[in-house]
Amino acid sequence: MSKLYMARNPRVAARSLDGEMMIMSGRDSTLFTLNKTATILWQSADGATPLDEIVKLRICTEFEVEPAEALQDAETLARELASHEILQISEEPIPQRNPTAGESR
Amino acid sequence: MSGLLEELTAKALRRNVPISVQMDLTYRCNERCVHCYLDHDDHGEMTTAEIKRVMDEMAEAGVFILTFSGGEIFLRKDFFEILEYARLERQFCVKLKTNAIMIREREAARLREIGVESIQISIYSHRPEVHDAITLVPGSLKRSIDAARFLKSQGLRVIFANVLMVQNMQDYRGVRALAEELGVECTLDPTITPMMDGDRSVLSLNIDHNALREVFRDQSLVGDVDEFCAVADPVDENSLAALPCSAGHTACYVSPYGDVFPCVQFPLPTGNVRTQRFLDIWRHSDRMNEVRSIRLKDLTTCTSCSHVGSCTRCPGLAFMEGNMRGPSSQDCEKSFARTGVPSANMLAKKRAAANLVQIRVLPAPVDAPAAGALA
Repeated sequence: MSKLYMARNPRVAARSLDGEMMIMSGRDSTLFTLNKTATILWQSADGATPLDEIVKLRICTEFEVEPAEALQDAETLARELASHEILQISEEPIPQRNPTAGESR
Repeated sequence: MSGLLEELTAKALRRNVPISVQMDLTYRCNERCVHCYLDHDDHGEMTTAEIKRVMDEMAEAGVFILTFSGGEIFLRKDFFEILEYARLERQFCVKLKTNAIMIREREAARLREIGVESIQISIYSHRPEVHDAITLVPGSLKRSIDAARFLKSQGLRVIFANVLMVQNMQDYRGVRALAEELGVECTLDPTITPMMDGDRSVLSLNIDHNALREVFRDQSLVGDVDEFCAVADPVDENSLAALPCSAGHTACYVSPYGDVFPCVQFPLPTGNVRTQRFLDIWRHSDRMNEVRSIRLKDLTTCTSCSHVGSCTRCPGLAFMEGNMRGPSSQDCEKSFARTGVPSANMLAKKRAAANLVQIRVLPAPVDAPAAGALA
């Protein structure tokens, strides 16, 4: 199975509020909030760490879930976030301009 | 406000997070609007580095929506550097307020590239002779409209801000038609505010009661006129526990000199980001906390007013009148024009004025003390 890499879209506006991300789409200013799992994906989307590692290191340690099931759910979620242009996804690592932006509080 | 933004704002309020900040980058301006509340001289604006540091602190404090305003923001040579930092390094949702006369195709394309949520442009009339007579810059309407076209062609969200005053009160329908033609949004504000130094002479430009009444009965603006102009139902104790507005609660204002106020229209200095951390001011300023402590039930006069449940009372305008817990006469006028029912403040003033002119027949003094003697 090929690796999936995720990077935050630099065109969105993003801020963490009480542990959950507020994201405003750069495409049409639609506002989203990410739940805790999606927030973990967003915060881990450095363009360099593959999704399966993020799931193993960040999601399975946080929530009691089967790794295979968690990976499948995470991939679905990553693709959905990519469809809203919140995340960029690729089978290759994605260089990022500012990997820590939007991670306050 | 969208449902989700409302929900996030409520969450920010519970967590004491300043979710929205207006930062004026300069008070310098290339227009000289007759109603403007600012002193346009530069008294030592923050440098690029200072502004970036403040933005770092604001991001850390949880600020999400950052509005850049002025003065005219495009007069700062480092404007795009600041904007790029705000968007791409600190990921704020950025809104701009501008007269737009310095925006041409190239600037519009750059704004699109960096990404801003909206650009609000001040438009006073659809007629150049009226708009330009307010800005005191010949050709300014044409340039602002050209800019709106450039921005729209880039797919950006443009909002016309139409401030109503004596000079342009007949033209708001023309401005709205122009906005529709260009495919941009339009807001209308019938309030002229005092100068930041307290000078209230510009208030003479406010439209009068009859004109305001007419505006509030324009169905194209307010929708259901009967509903809009109805006196609100009496409020219960829960309503009186509500906050007067977002100033100091989820929003604040930073001046070009680093002064922090609860709102751009609330000139109560609470600290300065040149010498204090933004979050320290937000959390620990006594004045900010005083503003934050006020609930509707704490307002003098207003709590007994029939409009308390629906009034647009601005705490900043009340502060500029002398009491942040008192009424804002301009909002009393608006409630009166809207409903035909005078506010408690207006009735109190009327009684006081009546007392001033009352002529009483004084009894003849008996054994009056010598002049200058104290009883």
